[in-house]
Amino acid sequence: MLRKTVTALLILFCFLLQTTVFRSLNFGGIIPNLMIILTSSFGFMRGEREGLLIGFFCGLLCDVFYGDILGFYAMVLMYVGFVNGKFSGIFYPQDIKLPMALILLSDLTYGVTCYVLLFLLRGRLDFTYYLLNIIVPEAIYTIIVTLLLYPLVLGINGILEAREKRRAQIFV
Amino acid sequence: MSPVVKKKGEKFTIPSKYLLFVLTVLCCVAMLLTFGTDLFNIPLNSAAGYVIVPFQQGISKTGEWLSRRSDELKQIRDLLEENARLKDQVAELTSENTVLQQNYYELNRLEDLLELKEEYNQYTSVGARIISRDSGNWYSNFVVDKGYEDGIAVDMNVMADGGLVGRVTSVGPNWAKVTSIISDHSNVSATVMPEGDNLIVSGDLQLMKNGVIRFSQLLDGDDGVEPGNKVVTSSISDKFLADILIGYIDTINLDANNLTKSGYITPVVDFEHMEEVLILTQLKTQIEEEDAQE
Repeated sequence: MLRKTVTALLILFCFLLQTTVFRSLNFGGIIPNLMIILTSSFGFMRGEREGLLIGFFCGLLCDVFYGDILGFYAMVLMYVGFVNGKFSGIFYPQDIKLPMALILLSDLTYGVTCYVLLFLLRGRLDFTYYLLNIIVPEAIYTIIVTLLLYPLVLGINGILEAREKRRAQIFV
Repeated sequence: MSPVVKKKGEKFTIPSKYLLFVLTVLCCVAMLLTFGTDLFNIPLNSAAGYVIVPFQQGISKTGEWLSRRSDELKQIRDLLEENARLKDQVAELTSENTVLQQNYYELNRLEDLLELKEEYNQYTSVGARIISRDSGNWYSNFVVDKGYEDGIAVDMNVMADGGLVGRVTSVGPNWAKVTSIISDHSNVSATVMPEGDNLIVSGDLQLMKNGVIRFSQLLDGDDGVEPGNKVVTSSISDKFLADILIGYIDTINLDANNLTKSGYITPVVDFEHMEEVLILTQLKTQIEEEDAQE
């Protein structure tokens, strides 16, 4: 229950940061994607199931406020979380390289997916423009923000896991 | 044996791949349903409105307060200079104003004479504050702090700086989403003044950084349209009220088909630094119905 509450608050916190504070801290109109950081890190920290659920709810939040149709971002982020969950077997909290690589890759994939489904299908063919001006800058900014946000997410998860372990021992 | 089996003493959970499948189907159904209808809008928008909008309002107010304080410090010196300059200008404008007032009086008289008085500038409006902007980098939509409890409805037009910003595309109890005309998927039917030729203004992500928007489908048979001409919303649009200023023509090019022209428009609204907008509370369809009743 505590984990659910904390995760919900974390999603809310990141969504609020992304749509208000980072809008003022944009670089050339580009904002980082905190939803990807959250989805992807919970994916490789906690496994497929939690990754896909958190992705689904993060996406749903974006859909309700900014989507043209309901369920688009929810589906894309859900798959991002699920695929990241596949890497939970080789994840160690001490290692920063794998999380960084996964988040970067996730954001690039997310960007390309959005381009193909939202822009290419409407006949916007200039892929290199969108790649160099939207997708890559977003990924770079996201990675910079990851350096600050990821330790926080990791710390919160550590505290929760320690607590869950203690409670499990009490019951044994 | 099926993997969905309840073992003794173990909490029942669905394996993640089945969950993924179920949620994918759910998303697809939701997408199909919301493509044409607004079925889930009311419950979801209300829930989101009560949970998230208060926070967004708080953050945006704090942010605004902070930026205003820093701006104030920066601007005091500039303001003193500007004040002196403006005083001169006031004197100039006062004399100009008297001339214009005479002209206005004459115009009114002539319009009465011709019974030409148009329904112009008579739209009622509500002010609203922008509380958050798009969560992605693809479109430029934003959310304002007024919703259906304040009388806002989908398709109401939004203005700022005396120009068209966009229209409301989704409402919650205390918030409304505005799709701006520079958003990549937005198209507005417009008219060039004074010629009266129609054209289509479409948002484009590639041009957004240059501060211009694209127009196309301009049938300008007698080559009357020139850069600098005014572009306003046309009366044939079914979503946008007529005669709202969009911007001024920047460049015109003849299309490859040698019939239509396209080019760029400089919008009058500064989309980057908007904080407050005006929502026109009349809907185009509503006005037409009233006219029909009369």
